[in-house]
Amino acid sequence: MPEGDSNTRRTLLKSGVGVMGVCYASALGYPVYRYMATPSIRAQEQGQITSVSILEKDLPGVGTATMFLFGPRPSLLIRHEDGTYSAFDAVCTHLGCTVRFEPENRRIHCPCHGGVYDMNTGEVVSGPPPRALKSYHVEAADGNVTVSRT
Amino acid sequence: MATSPFPEPKSSGLYEWLDERLSLTEMAAFARHKTVPQHKQSFWYYWGGISLFLFILQLLTGILLLVYFRPGKDSFESVRQITYDVEFGWLVRSAHSWSANLMVFAVFVHMFSAFFMKAYRKPREFGWWSGLALLGLVLVFGFSGYLLPMDELSYFATKVGLQIPDMIPGIGPVITALIRGGPDVGEATVQRFFALHVVVLPLLFLPVLMFHLYLVQKHGNAVPPSVEKLPAADRRSIPFFPNFFAMDLAMWLIALNVVTILATLFPWELGSPASALSPTPNGIHPEWYFMSQFEALKVFGNILPGLSGEIFGMVVFGAVIAFWALVPLYDRDSRAGQRARLATWAGFLTLAGILFFTILGYATL
Repeated sequence: MPEGDSNTRRTLLKSGVGVMGVCYASALGYPVYRYMATPSIRAQEQGQITSVSILEKDLPGVGTATMFLFGPRPSLLIRHEDGTYSAFDAVCTHLGCTVRFEPENRRIHCPCHGGVYDMNTGEVVSGPPPRALKSYHVEAADGNVTVSRT
Repeated sequence: MATSPFPEPKSSGLYEWLDERLSLTEMAAFARHKTVPQHKQSFWYYWGGISLFLFILQLLTGILLLVYFRPGKDSFESVRQITYDVEFGWLVRSAHSWSANLMVFAVFVHMFSAFFMKAYRKPREFGWWSGLALLGLVLVFGFSGYLLPMDELSYFATKVGLQIPDMIPGIGPVITALIRGGPDVGEATVQRFFALHVVVLPLLFLPVLMFHLYLVQKHGNAVPPSVEKLPAADRRSIPFFPNFFAMDLAMWLIALNVVTILATLFPWELGSPASALSPTPNGIHPEWYFMSQFEALKVFGNILPGLSGEIFGMVVFGAVIAFWALVPLYDRDSRAGQRARLATWAGFLTLAGILFFTILGYATL
């Protein structure tokens, strides 16, 4: 057999085996990826909700705040002294700690690295956070407080 | 400019860099010089490798199941989630169950082929014994893993299975209560079977497996007496690497395909949750690899009423296992390199007995 022929066949076989290997690797890898990623996939599905309703009677008094889950995200609902509401995603934009409302200091504080946010707007007041807390739209009617994406 | 205290290696290729440190060329030369005998029965050499591959598959799918499985009171619920909620969870669980069953089958084929090829003969006695130890561990793996989903079938199979050690006179009930974690199969049983299945058994299995593989490497593949007595010129062999290795890989690929096809087309079922208050469902039976013992006990129990049937059965099992394990010591004909008809017939008789009781068991469900 001429040298060229044998080389062609060898190359063909080699690439055939390579292609088959890639097929097997992806056929095994894809289910394993989906299996391992299920909690993230479910969280993403949960995160697609657009609003959360809370009964006003379940909320603590004015000048305090309550934590609730917006899908999978811990979130903060502040009931201001004038009776209005603000709601924010409670995950600090710096390194992901959960922030806390401090009524005595009238601010939102992150204890991890001292980030401070404005309690009305969620804007950064001081500290390392790179951007404001994500804020939600709040509507109170008929004893229901509805928090929705802005 | 000062010279670097770390001069560049003479050759810059990655292979050379690794070779200098890991002696890859030496290992490759060793693998090339290693040969595997080639004869009419060579096909059976692949079954050890197939068993090993299925064991690796057990490890990998087992680790994946461990990600979501919760032993104890949540075990049924977590297996339900794996089967119905987690993406491809049914596939991972089915692959684990199917490869477990196929592994038991492959180990049995490997054992009987070693027996009929008389591969237990000097100097391979420890290969035989370590292999039997691995088989025993595989069966305990199967028994302990079967309970973990805690559905009706696994609950009752475990309940019945644990009656067997319970019958050992004297110490039986104490030992069984320790294995079971109380007077009845329950959360405590699942928790300790889980510890056994994922920690204790692998810790015992892996060193025995290494020892077994080391012996295979040290003594090489055994040839049956019929090939052994051929003149050296008539005995053929193939290089281990790449020839035998490539065939091994092909077998592994076939095994992988078989597991995948079975797991996809026949996904493992999950029954209703186990309950101590529900009556045992009709036709309850153990996994197929315990069927022959289960059926033999049933038959002995019918012939000899009361507990004496079970005790007789245990004595018979003990005798058969001892007979099987000690074959390298008394099979003198094979030791002399001749064909040992007696051992061959004893092997056929054992195989026929297992098949007979297994078939009888399924026929009389």
